[in-house]
Amino acid sequence: MRPAQDTPLHDTGASPAATLTLRYFAWVREKVGLAEERVTLPADVATVADLMSWLGQRGDTYAAAFARPEVIRTAIDHNHVRPDAAIGGAREIAFFPPVTGG
Amino acid sequence: MAVRVEHKDFDIGAEIAALTGGRTDIGAVVTFTGTVRGSAGDAPITSMTLEHYPGMTEAELARVEAEANARWPLSATLIVHRIGELHPGDNIVLVITASAHRHAAFEAAEFLMDYLKSRAPFWKKEARPDGSARWVDARETDTEAMQRWKSSAFEKG
Repeated sequence: MRPAQDTPLHDTGASPAATLTLRYFAWVREKVGLAEERVTLPADVATVADLMSWLGQRGDTYAAAFARPEVIRTAIDHNHVRPDAAIGGAREIAFFPPVTGG
Repeated sequence: MAVRVEHKDFDIGAEIAALTGGRTDIGAVVTFTGTVRGSAGDAPITSMTLEHYPGMTEAELARVEAEANARWPLSATLIVHRIGELHPGDNIVLVITASAHRHAAFEAAEFLMDYLKSRAPFWKKEARPDGSARWVDARETDTEAMQRWKSSAFEKG
């Protein structure tokens, strides 16, 4: 089901080309067509909003998933964050619709 | 304090017994059970599949539970949330709060459910008799239910 995950050799802290795991859930996962992936981000992708904008340009499936970023929620390393949150140092960023448990 | 995310059903009586067994400091036990409705609006549903975010779910539920314990004098709490394919009438979620007195137990149970519904990373997908399926939309009223705890007298600094 899931692609093999890279194992970071060392935590080198802030890096201009950060590599991290992205995870997608519910309809975001279905539209992207992936549950998770490893990506290396350009240095100018600094916030969650930047990342969604960058992802939206990666192809048709991403464009469909991120067409309305305002309805997508984000977590960095298992914590809810807002679109203006900085992503520096993040190991895992997840995108998903508003939650509907309970 | 305990949090569990699992496929299998829960036995409410057994969970209460496990939480209160051998204890004499508890004077009130409140339970909330959420179950699968057989329809969404006018449309019948045949099943509901619950997806979650392993790792974050447990972390978020533990944060919510810790917050309840910080706000009320609770003797014990339990949150059990089921995942996978469920059917109308099935149990989905169980919250148990125990305290020396009833007010703390009642309020904490409601708080836990309001926070869980607005923060815990679960998503429901409903299947219809015609074979179609749709993701359940988040309800604005659930967000409002959570917001009231922020403006209440219980809000901490």
